[in-house]
Amino acid sequence: MTVVAIVCFALLGAGAVLILARLALGPSLLDRVVSTDALLVTIACGIAVYCAVYRDISLEPVLLVVALLAFVGSVSVARYIGGMLVKAEETPEERS
Amino acid sequence: MTVADVVASVCLVAGSFLCLTAGLGLVRFPDVLNRMHAATKPQVLGVLLVMTGAVIRLVGQPIVWMLVLVAVFQLLTAPVSAHLVSRVAYRRRHVRRDLLLVDELGVPAPSGSTAAARADEPAEGPERAGG
Repeated sequence: MTVVAIVCFALLGAGAVLILARLALGPSLLDRVVSTDALLVTIACGIAVYCAVYRDISLEPVLLVVALLAFVGSVSVARYIGGMLVKAEETPEERS
Repeated sequence: MTVADVVASVCLVAGSFLCLTAGLGLVRFPDVLNRMHAATKPQVLGVLLVMTGAVIRLVGQPIVWMLVLVAVFQLLTAPVSAHLVSRVAYRRRHVRRDLLLVDELGVPAPSGSTAAARADEPAEGPERAGG
């Protein structure tokens, strides 16, 4: 099971590094929203892998919180950008 | 290592591999919609695989239902957030129009304007109201 843990954490870590690269480089805000979502999913997978490999259930509530947080974060930022769009429709000169 | 452990290990490694593919796709793909396509692979299939592996490993423990709840919650919320993000991306013109095969929301382009010049520029104005 130790080998499984090493392989899983290596894959998750490489994926998280690549996602962080996109989060830093991302040309637009929506790229960063998408990569933040993927990063939270990666964190949730890492916590679940830890719980499964070591048979430790103390981190499972954190898993639920992370899953909720990913949804709320991406939806609120998307609504925020959409709100900027509606505001730009009303007053075009204040658009930034 | 029993058979259940082997099955759980395969599920965990496969789910972790999907997270790696999400990272690769996010780095290499050209625009927001393509990156969403890559990033939503671990959101549904990866989380389901990892939760299946964890449930197989942790069966008999008291709060295994929480893992099932996380999987169900991902299945419910991933389409909602993907819909919102992709709708805003389309309206803000963060979409490479020259890479689209079918653009069912698009109005016919006026003559002379090339769709390829629209790539990832800030919104010039609202395309249409409503929604």
